[in-house]
Amino acid sequence: MIKQDITKYKHIWVFIEHENGKIERVSFELLTKARELAKDLGCEVHAFTVGDKVEQFKDEVFKYGAKKFFIIEDPILKDYITEPWRDAIVYMIEKHKPEIVLIGATTLGRDLAGTIATKLMTGLTADTTALDIDPKTKNLLMTRPTFGGNLMATIFCPDNRPQMSTSRPGVYKAIEEPVKGEVIKEKYNFDKSKYTKKIIEKIIEEGEKINLGFYDVIVAGGFGMGSKENFKYLQELADLLGGTWAASRKAVQAGWAPQTRQVGQTGQTVHPKIYIACGISGAIQHVAGMKSSEIIIAINKDPDAPIFEIATYGIVGDVMEVLPKMIQMFKEKLGKA
Amino acid sequence: MRKKDFDVIVVGAGPAGLAAGYVLAKAGVDVIIIERGKFPGSKNVMGGIFYREPMDDLIPDFYKEAPLERHIVEQRMWLMDDTSHFSFGIKTQKHNVEPYNCFSVFRAHFDKWFAKKVVEAGALLINETVVTEPIVEDGKVVGVRTDRPQGDLYADVVIAADGVQSFLAKSLGLRDKITPEKVAVGVKEVIGLSEDQINDRFGVKDASEGVTIEITGPFLKGMEGMAWIYTNKTSVSIGVGVIVKDIMEHHKNPNDLLEEIKAHPSIAPLIEGGDTKEYLAHLIPEGGYNSIPKMYTDGFMVAGDAAMLVDSVHREGSNLAIESGKLAARTYLEARQAGDFSERMLSRYQEKLEESFVLKDLKHYRNLPELLEEKRYLLTDYPQFIIDAMVELYTVDGTPKPEKFRKLKEELKSRFGYVNLAKDIFTIWRKMR
Amino acid sequence: MHFLVFIKQVPDAAQVRVDYETGTLIREGVPAIINPYDKHAIEAAVRLKNQFGGKVSVICMGPPMAEDALKEAMAMGADNAYLLSDRVFAGSDTLATSYALWAGAQKIIQEEGPVDIFFAGKQAIDGDTAQTGPGIATRFDIPLITYVVDIKKVDPEKKTIQVVRLVESGQETVESPLPCFLTVEEELNTLSYAPLPYLIRAAKTPIKVLNSKNTEIDASQCGLKNSPTKVKKAFTPPKRERGEMIEGDSLDAILNTLYEKIEPVLKTMGKVK
Repeated sequence: MIKQDITKYKHIWVFIEHENGKIERVSFELLTKARELAKDLGCEVHAFTVGDKVEQFKDEVFKYGAKKFFIIEDPILKDYITEPWRDAIVYMIEKHKPEIVLIGATTLGRDLAGTIATKLMTGLTADTTALDIDPKTKNLLMTRPTFGGNLMATIFCPDNRPQMSTSRPGVYKAIEEPVKGEVIKEKYNFDKSKYTKKIIEKIIEEGEKINLGFYDVIVAGGFGMGSKENFKYLQELADLLGGTWAASRKAVQAGWAPQTRQVGQTGQTVHPKIYIACGISGAIQHVAGMKSSEIIIAINKDPDAPIFEIATYGIVGDVMEVLPKMIQMFKEKLGKA
Repeated sequence: MRKKDFDVIVVGAGPAGLAAGYVLAKAGVDVIIIERGKFPGSKNVMGGIFYREPMDDLIPDFYKEAPLERHIVEQRMWLMDDTSHFSFGIKTQKHNVEPYNCFSVFRAHFDKWFAKKVVEAGALLINETVVTEPIVEDGKVVGVRTDRPQGDLYADVVIAADGVQSFLAKSLGLRDKITPEKVAVGVKEVIGLSEDQINDRFGVKDASEGVTIEITGPFLKGMEGMAWIYTNKTSVSIGVGVIVKDIMEHHKNPNDLLEEIKAHPSIAPLIEGGDTKEYLAHLIPEGGYNSIPKMYTDGFMVAGDAAMLVDSVHREGSNLAIESGKLAARTYLEARQAGDFSERMLSRYQEKLEESFVLKDLKHYRNLPELLEEKRYLLTDYPQFIIDAMVELYTVDGTPKPEKFRKLKEELKSRFGYVNLAKDIFTIWRKMR
Repeated sequence: MHFLVFIKQVPDAAQVRVDYETGTLIREGVPAIINPYDKHAIEAAVRLKNQFGGKVSVICMGPPMAEDALKEAMAMGADNAYLLSDRVFAGSDTLATSYALWAGAQKIIQEEGPVDIFFAGKQAIDGDTAQTGPGIATRFDIPLITYVVDIKKVDPEKKTIQVVRLVESGQETVESPLPCFLTVEEELNTLSYAPLPYLIRAAKTPIKVLNSKNTEIDASQCGLKNSPTKVKKAFTPPKRERGEMIEGDSLDAILNTLYEKIEPVLKTMGKVK
């Protein structure tokens, strides 16, 4: 196995994911977590990204504590395409040798991270839900779910650098801690003939990008909701409780909700104070995304639905009977009638 | 020259089908076995007792490498009512030495192993494919149709080993639809216990030794059936089979019946603290000799449960299945020699069965179903009397023994009457000849 | 055309249960299956083969029992099946695995000819990393397209492909020259009920076994020792206990009870006036 010289690697790098001029919230969450790790390691937090116009992000990046912001700007990097992005990032990492690289486990992040790690011949741990520093060895300890969340594994990467990890949005909180930072612009010579893949068209889905992790109450609907129209009840209840609504994968596949509202293994991981699961059976893939919610209220007409195994409170009933009544009653009780 | 894809098509990879496939493959015949389940054994529930002899004949010393649970050293029979059971049986060291007599098995494991041997012998096996009907040309069976696209296959002979419901035998008119009195529904649970718990509770030295308990009697309230408990390595199989007609007439849910049995004071301590690992239900042929369909026609033979070859008195089915599969295969080999696959030629299959223990045993008990139908009280009143008599005899209450025996004689007389008793004994003896 | 599909045999994660006492998984009795996403990859390759002619090769890295998965892949229509099995692979992480599979694939290319499209499922349901496919693509230095939900066009003469893939905010259509590497979502296709001839051919065709002896695999890049990432410990997450089922004479009574139970929490959250 190829090993890198560990002593030459220092500082924690956080990838700033962005689209259409906006930074993905997960980047801020990771910067926050990185600051915590950096304290243990006695090193700095730096940010990095590539694109055609990314210097503009520096203020936000510094707001979350990154002392340096490494960037490569080039028109070829305008839209996200795996290969040129990878090559530019690999160049920066090889040049500056960070000891840890954190990337958000978004669709883009998961597409990108594996190919970077392979080029760097280093270890990558995907979808981590906890990051710690081993007090003795100072190695990064990366904990992640396997078997749909039934078994947790703590991984470490002792002989290779950088130690790479992707983390799901919503696992960490984003907290500001402004610093004075500097931008370091790198330049990479792209061999354009290598990049043969091209995007023909992009269809952005209707509706805003929603960060479910932001809300302390989530009212989620599954296949048991029956139709897209019925989802309005979820919104109503959510509004009443000052939260937001979400959907299971089955509901998204049925076209009743956009993917941005999906909770689960292949959607967002959330842990609100209250999670109300309506017409959701509780399949492992969904539960993996919400089981650390503090209070889970489940409504399902099947008394044997697996969701009741993890619900704090369970109600057996038809969601379409229960929800309207629940909304009405809560309206009165909360003085919002 | 009729086109053919294989020499023989065997439908079903249970004991009968695999036995037939093995004999054929070993003889160099181009044979394909078509199984509907994901793998052989996945659809079989007989998680029960497997007899060594017919299998040993096929694959000598198979028990040394096959996945078996425990070899059975004790077989008990219980007559049980709601509070008591009268037991008899035999435990013998003669069954505790190689090559052993019979074993508890899990069909999902055993059949898979058996199938591997059959494939190694040269047979082709395909799974997850359902044979939907025979292909008949000029009144002769020339192949089968399956549920897959481009799913027709042609062969000289089709051996149907497709289980108790045998759609193939039915569609050829060889047998009628199963009627409720000819078949039992069996439900079974596999309850996990530790090796030690099983060894202690069943009184065996170690986890290689096993015990079987067959139970019948008044606890079934007049329904014709049997419950059973078999010891596996780290679990116990407990089940009950009842003639479907009785289930219907008594409006009894077999699952409820099994729960009652598990809770019975004679049985509960044996399975105390165990956790249910598996639950299965299946149909078991019960009609005996008189329900056996015609087992052959041009280009076609029926083996195993599909031919209703189950001896429910002795709880034997898999050995009859294997034997019938073997004999069907041997019949084909003779037919191939003669280049004749007609009904007349294949009738030799029936002859072979008549000469073997298969039909000899079934014939022996052929009148039993009818007898039990007529004299249902044979299952309730007589066993009840035996139980009551034993309780009475073993209760020490100061009554002198001569008086106890006198009381019992009076009971016997009042419950049955000597004349009836004599008549019944005579009838049973006559019908069992 | 020649298509190569990478598959993995995994325990059926949906059936795996947790032993909270030992902190391990109960794998006994859990059937081994082809990773569900990989099945859709096989299906896609077979459909393209039927459309354009050619063959489908499948490779699986695993212990000897992984042969069952390869047999199943052949029953779905694959022409050649290769089992990559060797003790030296034990304990491989995704970097070591992508190396071994890349090296094994080289052997297949030697035997069966160059590959036009490489397929893999988007992730395995046991490891859930989604890293191996991208790792192999990187080693081949060919375009990688992940989360493919539709194959719109394949042009064997021009050697290009157009696919639709999922992105965070929607979908994008991507065009790439061949060869390229696709990782697929289950929405890509519905699995067909294979025709009988596939099953018969699968039953007749032996699985070819590749190992460190009959390939150019460099053992110093394989196995636990040569994996950058190592497992420090594995444990079960805290068991979430079954809570309370709220019952009552009427729906109103039930909802009343529910409200009473959560009111204190709502108060601390400032939701109650």
